[in-house]
Amino acid sequence: MIQLKNVSKIYKRNGTETEALSNVSLQVNKGDIFGVIGFSGAGKSTLIRVVNFLEKPTAGEVFIDGNDLNTYPMSELRVLRKNIGMIFQHFNLLNSKTIYQNIAIPLILAKENKKVIKERVMELLRFVGLEDKADSYPNELSGGQKQRIGIARALATNPSILLCDEATSALDPQTTNSILQLLQKINEEYNITIMIITHEMSIIQKICNRVAVMENGKVIEEGNVLDVFGNPKHASTKNFVRTIIQDELPETIRQKIPEIPGSKLFKIDFTDKTNTVINDLILKFGVRVNIIYATMNEIKDDTVGHMIIQLAGNSINEAISFLQSMDINAKELV
Amino acid sequence: MFSTTVTLDQFLQAMVDTFYMVGFSLIIGSIVGIPLGILLVVSRPGGIIENKFIFNMLNPVINMVRSLPFIILLVAIIPFTRLIVQTSIGTPAAIVPLIIYVAPFIARLVENSILEVDDGIIEAAESMGATPMQTIWYFLLPEALGSLILSLTTATISLLSATAMAGAVGGGGIGDLAISYGYERFDSFIMLVTVVVLIIFVQLLQSLGNWLARKVRREG
Repeated sequence: MIQLKNVSKIYKRNGTETEALSNVSLQVNKGDIFGVIGFSGAGKSTLIRVVNFLEKPTAGEVFIDGNDLNTYPMSELRVLRKNIGMIFQHFNLLNSKTIYQNIAIPLILAKENKKVIKERVMELLRFVGLEDKADSYPNELSGGQKQRIGIARALATNPSILLCDEATSALDPQTTNSILQLLQKINEEYNITIMIITHEMSIIQKICNRVAVMENGKVIEEGNVLDVFGNPKHASTKNFVRTIIQDELPETIRQKIPEIPGSKLFKIDFTDKTNTVINDLILKFGVRVNIIYATMNEIKDDTVGHMIIQLAGNSINEAISFLQSMDINAKELV
Repeated sequence: MFSTTVTLDQFLQAMVDTFYMVGFSLIIGSIVGIPLGILLVVSRPGGIIENKFIFNMLNPVINMVRSLPFIILLVAIIPFTRLIVQTSIGTPAAIVPLIIYVAPFIARLVENSILEVDDGIIEAAESMGATPMQTIWYFLLPEALGSLILSLTTATISLLSATAMAGAVGGGGIGDLAISYGYERFDSFIMLVTVVVLIIFVQLLQSLGNWLARKVRREG
């Protein structure tokens, strides 16, 4: 478990101060795949680096499994870091060493014996599906393969936490998906807590169960991915969500809405509880339903849908109350 | 044109002296210079064991020694040379200033080579819980090796040219031969031979360095 309490980080350079993190508090639970999203400069890189104290916070506390890292001397911090794996946007593999040696390095640092190292490295190579690359060098591998090696290296010391610093930002969409699947497999099979920072909402959508949105060094919104995607509150969050889910009525469509006397426009948001509500509206309340615009998106294992409908008839209000009683958010658009 | 007063033995002895001066001062110079270069990298502001005191002391001293042309250094430190090797003439007397000349040069070259290593590598090392010594040994030096080999090649070639001035203290070597026979006694043949030999040496050294660097960098 990772807990940040009122963490701030101020960089001083040439007399000017920049606040990279401003009073950030958040909690990542065991088994989470926790995503942190923000534009560049939002402070995500600093945030992920205070978790393993690569960056020491200027103020505030970081707890790993309940232990305050501020109280750790450097030597104990190094031991703790073997329990926190980290992968990077540019992989940071040693180009002068073979794939085998790259994965072995954390074990060599931990002074494991050769036999143990060999077994573990081969096991990891099999796990990431690159057992035939043991004697290759990083520059002979593709980006996706390099990141697999980065992951294998990060897992060498059996960490309980894996930090991913823009781990797929340098990869093409297809390779990104395969890396995300691998991360999900790690989370499920080894029960490793994963923290991911990214600027791509699609990554949060595909594998995270919880998300924090960052802006100007602050966490502006945090929660279950489904909730944040289904009902974003902050303007920036809405912008991020909109990169995945178009929940607003496009202007071109708005202009083509037919004029029906007494009709009203509603936006309804639903998760996976849709059942047959549209059918119910028609049959139970006798309203006419015109679907103007609708989107349906897969968020990890759930769905988030938005629909803009035009209702006409005498029982519009009853119909809306019915939707709300079904826990479906309905809002009139004017 | 092809007549010369220099005997083959004299010429071979000069070659041996040159090899001896370059080899010996390169080894001692590296033993001193490489650790100093590493120290410059790790102690600099933002380095893995940042230490203002060490860096601010080392940095100007290296610049100071580096600002002296070798011929000046050679004669300026004669009292020190005499203290170390008990003589101020001959090949041993040339080796002391050669070491003092080349060690700070190697330190600078090593510093530049190691600074070329991507910061991400250091970050990866720290994220694995590597100690500063482990970071240097398992990450910085292997990643900088190709560049370090080229740096030492450059240092060797500079040493070769510096030995030509060792004649000023009777240090011998082929440079000395070129000055005292080729120049002072108008022996054009030996002058030509020396120039050709030096060119061949430098070519061979550079090719060897390039080949080794390519090999460790895995470029071919």
